[in-house]
Amino acid sequence: MLIALLRDYLKRRPVDTILTLSGTAIVALIVVMALAAPLIAPYDPYVSVDEALLPPSPKHLMGTDNLGRDVFSRVVYGSQIILVVVLTSTLTSMAIGAVLGLVSGYFGGTLDRAISVIMDSIYAFPGLILAIAFAAMLGPGVMNTMISISVVYIPTYFRMVRGQVLSVKSKLYVEAARALGASHGRIMIKYVLPNVLPVLPVVFSMNVADAVLTEAALSFLGVGVPAPTPDWGFDLKNGQRNLLAGYWWASTFPGIFIVILALGFSLLGEGLNELVNPSRR
Amino acid sequence: MTSLRAFIVTRLLLTIPMVLTLLTLVFIIMRVLPGDPVSAVIGMKASPEHIERIRRELGLDKPLWAQYVDYLSNLLRGDLGRSMIWGRRRVVDEIWDRFPATLELSIAGFAVSVAIGLLTGTKAAVEQGKGSDVALRIASIVAYAMFIPLLGMLLQLVFGVYLRLFPVAGRKSPIIDVPKITGFYLVDSLIAGNISGVVDALWHLALPSITLGIVLSGIYTRLVRASMLDVLEEDFIRALRARGIPEDSVLYKHALKNAFIPILTMMGLQFALLLAGAVLTETTFSWPGIGTFLVERIEYRDYTTVQGTIVFYALLVSFVSLVVDILYAYIDPRIRY
Repeated sequence: MLIALLRDYLKRRPVDTILTLSGTAIVALIVVMALAAPLIAPYDPYVSVDEALLPPSPKHLMGTDNLGRDVFSRVVYGSQIILVVVLTSTLTSMAIGAVLGLVSGYFGGTLDRAISVIMDSIYAFPGLILAIAFAAMLGPGVMNTMISISVVYIPTYFRMVRGQVLSVKSKLYVEAARALGASHGRIMIKYVLPNVLPVLPVVFSMNVADAVLTEAALSFLGVGVPAPTPDWGFDLKNGQRNLLAGYWWASTFPGIFIVILALGFSLLGEGLNELVNPSRR
Repeated sequence: MTSLRAFIVTRLLLTIPMVLTLLTLVFIIMRVLPGDPVSAVIGMKASPEHIERIRRELGLDKPLWAQYVDYLSNLLRGDLGRSMIWGRRRVVDEIWDRFPATLELSIAGFAVSVAIGLLTGTKAAVEQGKGSDVALRIASIVAYAMFIPLLGMLLQLVFGVYLRLFPVAGRKSPIIDVPKITGFYLVDSLIAGNISGVVDALWHLALPSITLGIVLSGIYTRLVRASMLDVLEEDFIRALRARGIPEDSVLYKHALKNAFIPILTMMGLQFALLLAGAVLTETTFSWPGIGTFLVERIEYRDYTTVQGTIVFYALLVSFVSLVVDILYAYIDPRIRY
């Protein structure tokens, strides 16, 4: 069934299908890496296991960092923290943004106008700088990083869901349901929400791609996940001081994985978007 | 013209709630969120009397509503307070010293991204569906997923460390002396007629602006491609071709000009991304702009400066979105409502 569907897609829209598949593969590989980290990583990521700044070799696939820790092991363990932070915060934004959008769009009036102004203002503000402000005041930590990131993406979901609600609200079947005496809650969940759901995976995965970069940026700037937790953004920063002396591996590898993960989710979102609502070309 | 004036007035009025919301948001972040700013600033070791004195100095001993009123009235007077460290300079002056560096980098990065976007977008539109179109599409996705510090470091490594072609940090060489007129090294060197200053400024600007430009170019590639495809279907393009106008002229002179309006709308939205990108570019290249400044002062827990800098960002974003909307209405009269 799935294979037949895939073959059909591959024939009609080969590029989009391949993009979606490669995005899925990248994300799946990194999720497996996070889950099986203790099995994959050859060394303890927290302690010094060899001399500092050894170049990549069979013994240390990605070399060692300035404290003699194995870069490959830190990269493998680093996938855990970024996935947890990014998925938790994006899901939180989605839940809060969707509920606000649903309520605001459905009831309209002053409440809707007030929430919309707030959401539009947050949306217009540079997301990273907002996250930096939150993270700086809350202090470093995993929980605080999640809060800072989720605030940034609430408006994205709010705007999307509210827009959908407005376009569905006046449809005949919603009016019919209301005429039959259905409650507000029932109408929202049964008739409005299903119209919003199909777009969510696309927005979600584009959003996660963005959140990956935001998480990495917060750690890179020193306001994210604190040391010594293996974290790609932090390790990239940590390796920068030795980069100019030619020790490129300690920073480059964690950095490449940030981009690979963000790319995985972007490809997934991009491909899905074209498959779910194909553009004219 | 009255309608343009009416539009500007409406748009100005709409800016007020936006600015107020953002300022309130900054207030909430700085004052209401858990975590006492003062003990965060001076650390746990300080004596209770010392902490009390600073709290009073900053007005943090007053009730929240009174703090909010103080905060807004100080802002109205253009007062962002004084830094808590190093000579306690006025935050406004500190920001004003560094803003030209950020603006210089942003403008250069923006120019690079639009140039890349125009070239690749037109190419993709002309070769629609071919291999190069697909390749450019993938390249634009990669650009979107690129992490600015990584790209910056790779460029530093290749062009700075190995090839030794470009400097990896800062805005100018120590030996170059540029008079301070506008704060933009490029402009100041030009005014002073200092050719080596101009070259030096451009030479330092190269890697940071290319980094920022590449990362932001992805969106323009797609936008130019989409709007070029739309324009190329229009009758006037067919008419031009029928008259035997050379294809290059049709594409780059006539089509591109018309494809420009959607790109202009995007610029307003892109400004927020440009500012966020500049923070990362600046910190990667030790570029002495507001981004580096903000991160540095967060590290030193210079509470008033951090608050002032974020307020500055909020005002800047509101101002730019206002200007872009007005420009847009001026260029495309259909937008005035």
